[in-house]
Amino acid sequence: MFRSRSIQSSLSIKDKILSIDYILVISIFILGLTSILAMYSTDGGEFKYHTNSHILRFFVFFGMFFVVSFIQIRFWHSQSYLIYILFFILLLGVKYFGLTSSGSKRWLDLYFMNLQPSELMKIGLILFLAKYYHRISIENINQIRFLFLPVVVLISPIILVATQPDLGTSLLIAAGGITVAWLAGVRVKFFAISGFAFLALLPIAISFLKPYQKSRILTFLNPERDPLGAGYQIIQSKIAIGSGGLFGKGFLQGSQSYLDYLPEKHTDFIFTLFSEEFGFFGSLFILLLYALIVWRIIKIGNVTRSNFGKLYCYSFATAFFIYVVVNMMMVLGLLPIVGSPLPIMSYGGSSMMAIMLGLGIAMSCKIYKDTPVN
Amino acid sequence: MLNPSSGNTVIKSKLIGRRMFLLTAAKAVVMVGIIGRLVSLQINERTKYKTLSDKNRFREWKLAPERGVIKDFFDKEIASNEQVYQVHLIPENSKDIEKLFVRLKTILNLTDKRLFYLKRVIAKQKPWEPIIVSDNITWSEFSRLNLFLHELEGIKPVVSVARMYPDNSSAHILGYVSQVSSKDLETKKYLKDLHVPGMSIGKTGLERKLDEKIIGKIGFQRYEVNAYGKRVKQIQINAGQAGESYKTTLDFEVQKYTNKLLEDKAAAVCVMDVYNGDIVSMVSSPTFEPNEFVHGLEKNYWNSLIKNELRPLTNKTISGLYPPGSTIKTLVALSALENGVIKPLDTFRCKGKIELYGEKFHCWEKDGHGIVNLRKGIQRSCDVYFYEVARKLGVDRLSETAKKFGLGKKALDGFIEERAGVVPNTKWKKKFIGQNWYLGETLHSGIGQGYFQSTPLQLCLMTAQIANGGFEIKPRIIFDEKNNRLRDYIKYKNENPNDPLPTDLLLSNFELKPLFKNQEHINLIKDAMFSSSNEPGGTSYRHRWENKKFTFAGKTGSSQIKRFTEAQREAEVKQESLPYKDRDHALFVAFAPYNNPQYAISVLVEHGGSGGKAAAPIAKKVIKKVLERHELRKKINSLIGETV
Repeated sequence: MFRSRSIQSSLSIKDKILSIDYILVISIFILGLTSILAMYSTDGGEFKYHTNSHILRFFVFFGMFFVVSFIQIRFWHSQSYLIYILFFILLLGVKYFGLTSSGSKRWLDLYFMNLQPSELMKIGLILFLAKYYHRISIENINQIRFLFLPVVVLISPIILVATQPDLGTSLLIAAGGITVAWLAGVRVKFFAISGFAFLALLPIAISFLKPYQKSRILTFLNPERDPLGAGYQIIQSKIAIGSGGLFGKGFLQGSQSYLDYLPEKHTDFIFTLFSEEFGFFGSLFILLLYALIVWRIIKIGNVTRSNFGKLYCYSFATAFFIYVVVNMMMVLGLLPIVGSPLPIMSYGGSSMMAIMLGLGIAMSCKIYKDTPVN
Repeated sequence: MLNPSSGNTVIKSKLIGRRMFLLTAAKAVVMVGIIGRLVSLQINERTKYKTLSDKNRFREWKLAPERGVIKDFFDKEIASNEQVYQVHLIPENSKDIEKLFVRLKTILNLTDKRLFYLKRVIAKQKPWEPIIVSDNITWSEFSRLNLFLHELEGIKPVVSVARMYPDNSSAHILGYVSQVSSKDLETKKYLKDLHVPGMSIGKTGLERKLDEKIIGKIGFQRYEVNAYGKRVKQIQINAGQAGESYKTTLDFEVQKYTNKLLEDKAAAVCVMDVYNGDIVSMVSSPTFEPNEFVHGLEKNYWNSLIKNELRPLTNKTISGLYPPGSTIKTLVALSALENGVIKPLDTFRCKGKIELYGEKFHCWEKDGHGIVNLRKGIQRSCDVYFYEVARKLGVDRLSETAKKFGLGKKALDGFIEERAGVVPNTKWKKKFIGQNWYLGETLHSGIGQGYFQSTPLQLCLMTAQIANGGFEIKPRIIFDEKNNRLRDYIKYKNENPNDPLPTDLLLSNFELKPLFKNQEHINLIKDAMFSSSNEPGGTSYRHRWENKKFTFAGKTGSSQIKRFTEAQREAEVKQESLPYKDRDHALFVAFAPYNNPQYAISVLVEHGGSGGKAAAPIAKKVIKKVLERHELRKKINSLIGETV
């Protein structure tokens, strides 16, 4: 205990910088550059609004990543509940003061940017539960009374987000939270029970779904059901990716996106655009970068000493992985279009901010890997 | 600071590690799944998706080719193309079609019916396929349209070319073009890959016969389009290929002249070169305005055409069937001579009628022609003489000769409206009417009545083959450089009657197909026709040319519509006093000049009365016109190697 404290206090700036995981940093940076390329292509090969603002966001939040990285892990641990509560208040704020766009209320107008608190909640929930399971003893983990708080903490933001409505993000938030509980050792039977409960409640939940959400799920099951309506996106995305072939159509040559056949090419379908222009090898390259990032975060989890750090890193790595694969499976026609951004690649400030915050805390776990959190 | 027991912490971290291991394995599986999906889409199925992507990306618009022109013998265009101004509409480029139509109506002359039709078409086809709102607007409408174009989203002013006929004198033989019908698409295979909305195709006459080649090859514009169907850029343009142009054997001047002569009559005229079969003129009257068909026929005009009892839409030269009447007597006489049934100087006595098989057969000359031989029989067109000849000859031998000379079969190729006519004989009657032949019918056949049916073109061909000395020719309407060398042969034979043929004639693919056993018989017929037109008492004597240059030899004919009753015959009812529909058709065939035959002509005037009165005067004028232009024609024929 004392030793660790002395180690922590004896960390010099140089030590901190040396202990940064450079593979992770470089991977993030290369992914960022790649995303700028892709964004430049969505703007038709010009530095227009999307490209410029994406570049700005990437570098601002990449800077923020370093700042977060150098803040002691103790701070993140101690403020976890507070951070969660802050994000939750923001979510509540959305409910009452939110901006509505294309039928859903997701954003808060902060004057300098439109913030989407649901993205931040992805990190907030992981932080909260990591701290919670770090603190309770192993015997109590499967006690019903100790399951009560996690369930409330998990369900509340999900309901808020799902009713925005934003089904995709609420599911992704849930995925992060469930991962923490699972890693902490909550018994399989609780997941099974809540799984059944969820299935039982599903019909009721579905009755709350907006018609467009129902249509999306049905369309996923059979894209040709409505080739010019909801199925259009999946079909066009598959055409774009498939027609990219092995080497792609070439940078700025993606006819599907250039001719506006691709919907939401800045956000959800950015991978499709990249895949069309750079082909199978381009897709593999992106996949490799994401795999590297996930692997490095898991690696940090392995070396960090505190269970808070481990829980956080493993859960974040898993959540990050889920964000990536859900988006990819969606554009590849393996999942319904639920609207989930591809981390770092997709246009969107809040998503970028949340991911950089998450990565920064993971990096903080690396830098302060030997520091006890309490 | 709470210090959880270190053992607890270690157990916890081991548990976390174990569970993380499972999650990592799951991640690897998902990763492999995604890579598998990428392999399937981007490698295995890339061709399929590339095709789909191109299908998204490119859109083609077909361009109608320019129709080939049809020229006359002197290279004058008789079916040409003119610039027309059209209004096209691409429905998907218009935000509000209804509003657009309302605005268009203030600019163009559009009927509600047309608008209704357009809306139906728009509903049926793809939104990016252009439709033709109006295919022929005036220059002032066109300029007004361009002025207001900014208010007319989706409208495209187009300068195009369309068929234009400078004159309606050749309407029947040229035919007309009109919009492709759904039936055309079903029946005409060549239209399958060729069809462009708004394209015209030949419906009758030469336009139809030549359609496949004259229509040209279709062009296309390939555009890259975006997801909203907006054209981004033109990728490729292929203007297509204009159709082949054709030169015909027709003489436009003669066509116009003849058409004028026939005005207001239901009549037909054919003129043919007797050596190479070139059709110099083919006019059917009354004519119609073929230009009216190009841009969609007006109902009133169509009704006036189909209600007109002179049948302007029928090409009487090849679709009109008429009993040849006395014009067949040339062949009856020839057949009798060839078959040795009569000799030229054999005579019969004509008393105005004969009674045979219990039936009275009248001569047109009530008082009779007295003693008649072959020459006089043809000159006066004595029916009794030919009753006797036909009786001796029999219908089967007559029909053989008639068929040899081109009756009873189509004279041209590829004209669907052409009809073959009938050359009756005993077998024919048995087969088509199912009865035995009566001997009395042989007598009717001998004067070209009864079952006999022929077209004016067939009669012209028959006359031409007599005129050229009895050799078979094939009528031509498309100009052909191939010289059948018949003219060279005749000329050589006339100059050197006893010499063998020169080697160049023998060596060329010259194929002489005589239609006679003894050419002397042909000459006898020609001489008799001369007397009919040029000696007093001849049936067309009144309409002869004194000038040797134009002298023709002909044969009149009138084909009976209704048999005269005995009462009418007694009362000597004149044709002119009968109701129009009951009058005989007047016929006249001839060739000219007599000494050196060049052209054969046939004239038909429906319900014209007698051939001598109604048809011969027309023939007389046309013959002069044609012969006056013979030198011009000769020049062109000499260019392609005919001895002239």
